[in-house]
Amino acid sequence: MSVNGRYSRQELFSPIGVEGQQQIMDKHVLVIGAGALGTGSAEALVRAGVGKLTIVDRDYVEWSNLQRQQLYVEADAEERIPKAAAAEKRLKQINSEVVIEAKIMDVSIAEIEDLVIGVDLIMDATDNFDTRMTINDISQKAGIPWIYGACVSSYGISYTVLPGETPCLNCLMETVPMGGMTCDTAGIISPAVQMVVAYQTSEALKILSGDTAAIRRKLVSFDLWRNQHAAINVEKMKKPGCLSCGEKPEYPYLNTDNQTKTAVLCGRDTVQIRPPERQDLNLESTAGLLAKQGGKVVKNDFLLSFTAGEQRLVVFQDGRVLVHGTKDISEARKLYHRYLG
Amino acid sequence: MELIVNGDKIEVPGSVSTVTNLLEHFDIDKKVVIVEVNGDILEKDNHQERKISDGDKIELVHFVGGG
Repeated sequence: MSVNGRYSRQELFSPIGVEGQQQIMDKHVLVIGAGALGTGSAEALVRAGVGKLTIVDRDYVEWSNLQRQQLYVEADAEERIPKAAAAEKRLKQINSEVVIEAKIMDVSIAEIEDLVIGVDLIMDATDNFDTRMTINDISQKAGIPWIYGACVSSYGISYTVLPGETPCLNCLMETVPMGGMTCDTAGIISPAVQMVVAYQTSEALKILSGDTAAIRRKLVSFDLWRNQHAAINVEKMKKPGCLSCGEKPEYPYLNTDNQTKTAVLCGRDTVQIRPPERQDLNLESTAGLLAKQGGKVVKNDFLLSFTAGEQRLVVFQDGRVLVHGTKDISEARKLYHRYLG
Repeated sequence: MELIVNGDKIEVPGSVSTVTNLLEHFDIDKKVVIVEVNGDILEKDNHQERKISDGDKIELVHFVGGG
């Protein structure tokens, strides 16, 4: 029992109890992303008294984050503080008993192998499917559960992956979409974030306290503006031949050949981003998608050029993208995911 | 035609006769969508041919990436 009664309400909640609380306090959670979902999940888990929390992010705080990214304040945006650093400061104020580890980095294959060492649960708070598929594969390889969460507009979705039990994200999705909606293109309201955070952190508490029987096991989605809710039992979608979780796993998203490739084009202030597989893009519809995001699009038969403010992206039909005006791969990947999903 | 989509009774035009039509109707045909019709989860390859009829209970969940 905690001395100052800090966790008393959680301990009084009978599915957790004193014993469950003790389990929670012995666990290490990795939160990947410190945007809307990451700040929400991290705060909830730190308040709940998880033993150790590692939070990782590649971005810095901007004014447009403050509407929903609950750990940040005006000074963080004013000073462009890296999200991981700003989150660490606030989380330590919230609960000094939790070991908080913050990492300012872009998570790709090389990083994730190290990040998961000693971790009991991975919380998805990313904004792209490249990273999610990498999380999905490392979860299977290392035998660590992870909880998918995503949101846009007033819509949200969540699913809990338990290695060796449930289907994985690769079973459910089969393909990784390019050009899907993101928060940057369609906007988002904070309650949609909070609802996903509620789904994710409830499942997290079940896993951390050892009550796996209570896990939802359904893919859940909602739209808070249209007043809709859906839940599908996807257990039957587990595929024996799945390359991520099947009988002969190859963990394709841990193979650097399948990862989105990035390279700095020397002397051109440009980063090239190459999708894992050669694509055959419909430039017309890609142009339409980009134009909707409020920039200028110029197109010929082979590529299109998209200018928004000081940024210019050139998209080739084979899916390659040149991000102009930067030599920073993290920055270029951020722009790529913002505009192309 | 009347369907029950994600628990709500809705009216769709008669031109909506397959799952693919329905996804187009909701403007989610370009997304990765999990579809359940009367309790059966469909393989993505079957969306085109799977007919829907009056009174079907359909659950639709589409994936999004933001966070």
